[in-house]
Amino acid sequence: MARILTYEEKDTWIHRLSGVTKLVFFLLWTMTSMLSYDTRVLFAMMAASLVIYKMSKTRWKQVGTVLKFILFFLVVNLIAIFLFSPYEGVGIYGTRTDLFHLFGNYWVTREQLFYELNVLMKYVTIVPAVFMFVVTTNPSEFAASLNRIGISYNIGYAVAIALRYIPDVQDDFSKIRNAQEARGIEMTGKAPLLRRIKNTAAIIFPLIFTSMERIDVVSNAMELRGFGKHKKRTWYMGKKLETADYATLIVTVAVTVLFLAVTFHDGNRFYNPFAG
Amino acid sequence: MMNAKSKFGVKEVVAVGIGAALFVALTNVQVPLGIPNTALQPRAALLAFLSAVFGPIVGAAVGIIGHALGDMFFYGSAWWSWVFPEAVFAVAVGAFANQYGIREGAFGKKEIILFNVMQVIGNAAAWIVAAPLLDILIYKEPVKKVFLQGLGAWLGNIIMIAVLGTLLIVGYAKVGAKSSSLSKED
Repeated sequence: MARILTYEEKDTWIHRLSGVTKLVFFLLWTMTSMLSYDTRVLFAMMAASLVIYKMSKTRWKQVGTVLKFILFFLVVNLIAIFLFSPYEGVGIYGTRTDLFHLFGNYWVTREQLFYELNVLMKYVTIVPAVFMFVVTTNPSEFAASLNRIGISYNIGYAVAIALRYIPDVQDDFSKIRNAQEARGIEMTGKAPLLRRIKNTAAIIFPLIFTSMERIDVVSNAMELRGFGKHKKRTWYMGKKLETADYATLIVTVAVTVLFLAVTFHDGNRFYNPFAG
Repeated sequence: MMNAKSKFGVKEVVAVGIGAALFVALTNVQVPLGIPNTALQPRAALLAFLSAVFGPIVGAAVGIIGHALGDMFFYGSAWWSWVFPEAVFAVAVGAFANQYGIREGAFGKKEIILFNVMQVIGNAAAWIVAAPLLDILIYKEPVKKVFLQGLGAWLGNIIMIAVLGTLLIVGYAKVGAKSSSLSKED
């Protein structure tokens, strides 16, 4: 269960920013990278996110394993795109420049390579932003910020509980798995498919039922403390927005507007270097 | 009972929180199917179970929060086109939460059929319709590829939920049948 990103306390200006600022940045950033297919914008975003990543003093150890996993995932995805639709790029950019013949009906075209490069960049631009967000935002403060941008505190608190209990649930999971393995239940890929589903059930049943009990215990405790009695609540971890926050927010919004303007000024999401 | 389900109270808040934590923890527990980036996911059975027990709102919230956090923690990105369909699925299954009668221990043959019909419809709406459409709209991925992936996810999930989800609810209805096991003494 080591392959997971977690918050780590450090003292950089990014860590000191309020959770609200980082959440707004994160949402606008992922939105822009979803909307834009403009290579220039994606490239600028990639460069910027690398700079931010560097400034957050995130160590390779914190994110390395997750990153390798993502890269593998992306490569599989790119190959799948090519196999299913080798001329997707030709359709999008409207020209066809064959590079070399692969097999059967599969020609490698410059348009396709360019299109897949864009797909790759689109996914890659999100990654440093997510890393940065997850490893620099204190979970409790994050819940407070959700409430501050207008989301009901019930949802904010639910997210806080989720973040608080992920490690506990993972702990339960490995305890139960060890217990079941000690009883001789095969969990690895050696067992056939249906058997594996059944064996997974041997972990998931106890895990979910203990969690259902935990829901009762925690909600009783919260009820006793009067949770949900008032329309508003205060947050111990809530931070006031400071000058650095306002500056970051203004820059974020300005950059988003600029990127979207560059993307859409010619009426579509793609940057087309092939049109003469 | 009716009241408790339509209201978003303390218990629902906690159920969303811990449910989402479970969903995240189960993110990397999966059995590969052979179609790129799709696998049999026990967490789908979890979501079906929670939606059936706590209703559509809790289910949808668990799906969205759990999937978004799970993607972020394990894959370092947020696949929004596959996050929101979870809510579509949860609402379809959770809409009939009162009819399943799980907390009353009344989850019998008729309810099992209703639950499974709803999960097949819900999965179809989520993974064959919503997710591929969002993939095309947001990421402009090839049509054939995303529909095949969606079909794979649909098939995987209905198998997982038909087996694991049904068993979970049957088991929980037996253990948790508290409200009907007591009768008033004259």
